[in-house]
Amino acid sequence: MNHRDTENTEKIKKIAGRLLAEKRVDAVIGFRPGTVSLISAPTVARTEEEAAGLHWDRFCGVNLANYLPKREDKIAIVAKGCDSRSIVGLVAENQIKRENLYIIGIPCTGMIDRAKVISLAESPEVELTENGEEVTIKADGKQSTVALSDILQDNCQGCLHRNPAVFDELVGKKVEEAGGSDINAAVAKVEAMSQDERWNHFDQMFSTCIRCYACRNACPLCYCEQCFADDSQPQWCGKSTNPVDVKIFHIFRAYHCAGRCTDCGACVRACPVGINVRELTGKLEKEVRELFGCEAGMSLEAIPPLGVYLEKDPQEFIK
Amino acid sequence: MMKEMVIDKKDIAGLLTELTGEMTVIAPVRKGDNLLFGPVSDGSEAALDSVNTRLAPKDALFPQCEKMMTFTTDRQAEDAHTMQDVSEPDKQVIFGVRPCDAAGFLILDKVFNQGGAEYEDTYYLRRREKTTVVGLGCNKPLSTCFCASFGGSPFGTDGLDILLTDVGDKYVVTVLTDKGEARLKGKSGPSEADPTSIEKAGQIKESAVKSVKAGIATDKIKGKATMELFDDPCWDTLYETCMNCGVCTYSCPTCHCFDIQDEAIDTEGVRMRNWDSCMFSLFTRHGSGHNPRPTKKDRFRQRFLHKFKYFQDNFDTVACVGCGRCIRLCPVNIDVRQVVEEMNR
Repeated sequence: MNHRDTENTEKIKKIAGRLLAEKRVDAVIGFRPGTVSLISAPTVARTEEEAAGLHWDRFCGVNLANYLPKREDKIAIVAKGCDSRSIVGLVAENQIKRENLYIIGIPCTGMIDRAKVISLAESPEVELTENGEEVTIKADGKQSTVALSDILQDNCQGCLHRNPAVFDELVGKKVEEAGGSDINAAVAKVEAMSQDERWNHFDQMFSTCIRCYACRNACPLCYCEQCFADDSQPQWCGKSTNPVDVKIFHIFRAYHCAGRCTDCGACVRACPVGINVRELTGKLEKEVRELFGCEAGMSLEAIPPLGVYLEKDPQEFIK
Repeated sequence: MMKEMVIDKKDIAGLLTELTGEMTVIAPVRKGDNLLFGPVSDGSEAALDSVNTRLAPKDALFPQCEKMMTFTTDRQAEDAHTMQDVSEPDKQVIFGVRPCDAAGFLILDKVFNQGGAEYEDTYYLRRREKTTVVGLGCNKPLSTCFCASFGGSPFGTDGLDILLTDVGDKYVVTVLTDKGEARLKGKSGPSEADPTSIEKAGQIKESAVKSVKAGIATDKIKGKATMELFDDPCWDTLYETCMNCGVCTYSCPTCHCFDIQDEAIDTEGVRMRNWDSCMFSLFTRHGSGHNPRPTKKDRFRQRFLHKFKYFQDNFDTVACVGCGRCIRLCPVNIDVRQVVEEMNR
């Protein structure tokens, strides 16, 4: 089973229990232990008893901000750095009222990528033990030790903001702000390709897509009441797994996230067939960061980059 | 009929390559980090030494996207505005199917082959008829396997024409049907079974069967009134963390809902049938815009009531074979075993 972060788990339980007892909030959105290894499950606690079942470990990757849009109740939410930035985005886009939220911020040192572990262990039945910077993986009678940093999600390795950007209460102490690896690594690989190579790469990458929309539905930005992919009049893209329709869906969706994506990795984590959607969204996140000096969701006061025109906006790309 | 033979593991690739000369061969193949069922052009592409495939082999009998007919709206054409049938599917063998997935084919049969008076699905049936299913028993079931709860077994033979049992450097080949026999006729590789291998297969089977936990009870669901289950307060909390994506339905060996769409470029069109998912907001939206299942909760409830209540009422079996894929793949860890437990209280 999953290796529990006992210290933070206890703190979260205590905060959640207190907020519910004081009736500060109607519910706390957090995690409970998963029913299988390598994943912890999002949960909604409404009673002190349920709050006592909350949990924290390195498998709490799901971006809980996804559960916020259109909620009217008073909610406390456990938020990592990336989750907190998604929350800021949702407040800025009028999807949730800040005054209805109590953000339990949790500094995060990275979430473990279940796909990486399964691939290393050659089995989904895994037991992990964390010892400092090393992790011992036990599976199928075999044991191996790997560096923790090697099995974190790609976006966690290159994370620039591990501490929550906005919070009402912090669990534990702030950690070093950046993950340490290059956030642009995944994109750099694609950027280095020629146009033909890149198109072939995307052809290959999306060839296993089954149009389950897990990437879209896991994304806290994808709250549209009706997604363009579901429109029928006009129908922007076909419904089948035709390679053109699949790519149109993914590329359009990525563009809809431009200037808003916090690189939380929800899309990649949710994909049942391991498509690295981040190669698209990461490029847009990078462009916005480099061209406009903007990182989405860092402040409640900031105007989103695509919502403002400034005379000094770069124009070199207009040919 | 039942006949036991053996084949050396090193001869499997040759056998599959030989079969590709006669028909389409579908087997587990590696695509990046995924193990998925797909056509092989050479037997060596088949990867049998692994746990079950990421997605069910359902696509081989009920393709995710299938051309039903073609048409032209060009008035000059002789067949203008007339639907034209598409070509017949090829003969195929689906190789390395786990017993749970083969049981899944039998669930699909119940839906698509209900007899002339009810419903017979031409597209499914003509493919089904031309398909041979070669199974591979599960020596090491996972903790998420619960086939035994629904009458299955890691070495179950329902829905199979041949069952392979991995006994180390060879497979024991149990030929179950005439179709299975026909596939092996005249092939190099399979030979007479030796008693040692048969005995070993028996031991492996026994230990695997013991390791599968049963205990997912659905017995009380059948007796409950539909509306009692429908209105059960359990749904108010069970659905809450579901994102309404299609991972569970699309990876499931038994989910079978589809949608029909015409796709056309200029005057040339094709009628497609694509998988649909009860998780999607478009699933039952009417042309009028009205949707009888407008909320996430409605759609979540539909999936489980269909599988464990409506299907059981209609076909006397649940539409789940305990493969555990939805448990492994759900991005938010919604566990069908817990949902069924609530339903069966």
